[in-house]
Amino acid sequence: MSTDAFLARYAERKTGLGDLALRERAAGLLRAKGLPGPRDEAWRYTRLLPLTQTDFVEPRAEAFDASALLARLPAIDAPRLVFVDGRFSPVHSTLPNLAGIRAGVPAFGTGARPDLDPLVALNTMLTEDGVAITVPADVDAGTIVLASLATGQGGRAIAFHPRHSVTLAPGAKLTLIEIGLGEGVYFHNPVITAAIAQGASLTHLRLQTESETGFVLSTVYADVATGGTYDSFQLAMGGRLARAEIHATLSGPDAIAHLNAAQLLGGVQHADFTTIVSHDAPNCASRQTVKTVLTGRSRGVFQGKIEVARAAQKTDGYQMNQALLLSPDAEMDSKPQLEIYADDVKCSHGATVGELDPEQLFYLRSRGVPAAEARAILVRAFLDAALEPISHEAGRAAMEDAIAAWWARQA
Amino acid sequence: MLEIKGLTASINDKPILRGIDLVVPKGEIHAVMGPNGAGKSTLGYVLSGREGYEATGGSATFNGADLLDIEPEERAALGLFLAFQYPVELPGVGNANFLRTALNALRRARGEAEMDAPGFLKLARAEMKRLSMPDDMLKRNVNVGFSGGEKKRNEVLQMAILRPKLAILDETDSGLDIDALRIVADGVNALRGPEFSALVITHYQRLLDYIVPDRVHVLAEGRIVRSGGPELALELEANGYAGIVADAA
Repeated sequence: MSTDAFLARYAERKTGLGDLALRERAAGLLRAKGLPGPRDEAWRYTRLLPLTQTDFVEPRAEAFDASALLARLPAIDAPRLVFVDGRFSPVHSTLPNLAGIRAGVPAFGTGARPDLDPLVALNTMLTEDGVAITVPADVDAGTIVLASLATGQGGRAIAFHPRHSVTLAPGAKLTLIEIGLGEGVYFHNPVITAAIAQGASLTHLRLQTESETGFVLSTVYADVATGGTYDSFQLAMGGRLARAEIHATLSGPDAIAHLNAAQLLGGVQHADFTTIVSHDAPNCASRQTVKTVLTGRSRGVFQGKIEVARAAQKTDGYQMNQALLLSPDAEMDSKPQLEIYADDVKCSHGATVGELDPEQLFYLRSRGVPAAEARAILVRAFLDAALEPISHEAGRAAMEDAIAAWWARQA
Repeated sequence: MLEIKGLTASINDKPILRGIDLVVPKGEIHAVMGPNGAGKSTLGYVLSGREGYEATGGSATFNGADLLDIEPEERAALGLFLAFQYPVELPGVGNANFLRTALNALRRARGEAEMDAPGFLKLARAEMKRLSMPDDMLKRNVNVGFSGGEKKRNEVLQMAILRPKLAILDETDSGLDIDALRIVADGVNALRGPEFSALVITHYQRLLDYIVPDRVHVLAEGRIVRSGGPELALELEANGYAGIVADAA
């Protein structure tokens, strides 16, 4: 669907939507810039042509059966907020025992940049639902599951743009496990803003197992104040065209950001993991381990930008990006980018693209391990450095199960 | 019993094995010695099925089964084990997990029940104690950050746990100090019995002081040029390979 078509959709519907000033501004920004195209440097490796060539309709209000998708949600003993086709579904949700939850309307939060990111402008313009999660000072809110289920609506290609916000007061703690899954063709365009106050800690685990014919373009903005932590891991294996963009801003001293990810791709899938880490204050640390496994004719992208402001002395930045090509027709594009304006910093990055090591394979097989199992062991071993930092047991188990299921489907 | 007849193999079209004839009867340990470049390691790789080391002629059977026609894991299931000259590092794979996966793959292939984690740990700890290996070597990634001696001990540990019927030890003595050599040799000797045979590939006689072979074969330029009892190793140690290789030529 073209920029104009999305704008026309907005023009038809805007009288029914709230927050009109915000939406009008976003529409103006989208009209001026348009959806990202080949001339946008940030979208050089990810073309939205298949998206712009697909017509999306509005989700129907009637409830489509989500029971099969619900059954696929990993068993995690935690309250869950379930969205079906982009709308909050109270019947499928179990609310956490937390006063600061408001679901059912978009949670615009702070920190989003519709002026720089056209997809965020699109989200702002058309969003209809979302959840705001607020954790008071020094409260450990435990784990909350945030699930998006796309039913396929009986063959209708829908577009939905949920808008969520997470606000952690000083010393607050939360683990947010975000799970996306669905059937059929759809366009899921979520935006999440996270404001992490002094000494607060957000663990953000994301399991993206969406429909292999879906379009999933997500944007996260995390602002981390003094001594705070944004610890994120994303496993992406769904979507025909998927991009996860994370902006992490370390705005106070001693803040920490981990942006780890694993992408498992096959067929004709295209997945892009783009991160922008801004070190704006001294003594902050950022860590990124990104692993991509590609089969078939899939294509993976990693773009990792680390910006170190002049004030951000003693920055400790680390970025490692590795890809494993299991097919001669798969392709990986990787673009690390360091912009450093401070003089006393430690920043390192590395990127490798390789295949399974025949010596390692032979070693395992010579010990009696069948070839397929040996390959599975080596693929899992390749991912280990990205998975190893996940300390949340149930979240980690869900990731492991998803990886095992993915591998079983490749065989 | 391992029976090799007229075995030839080339690497990148260059003939390396030029017709090997060798029989290792059940329960015996044979040494294969020879100068560098004689084809010793190639023999080990061809027998264990490494990619790029295919036989071009001849045969190799183990207890009547044609070894050359089957996958490496099938050879392992028959009881073949290659102790690597350069054990491979597997980052991201825990040693305990690796050993148990291998053991259970072999048990499955042989129609035996898999071993559970507690049973396996008990077995592994007992074998490690015998090999003077610290317990934490089970937790570490396979061979990652291991010293040369630790890697070789890890090979012998695998052998002790997997209990092969035929072990091929490819220069297992290289890079070992005398204490480590003794430990490794003890590990091999502990497996000795009527059901265990081994082919000990080595450049030096030293290892054979500790693993005393039933027969010694000299491999030069891709052929067995002489065979004899353990005393042949001592003769080689005293006189070098030059005389024997020249006699054969």
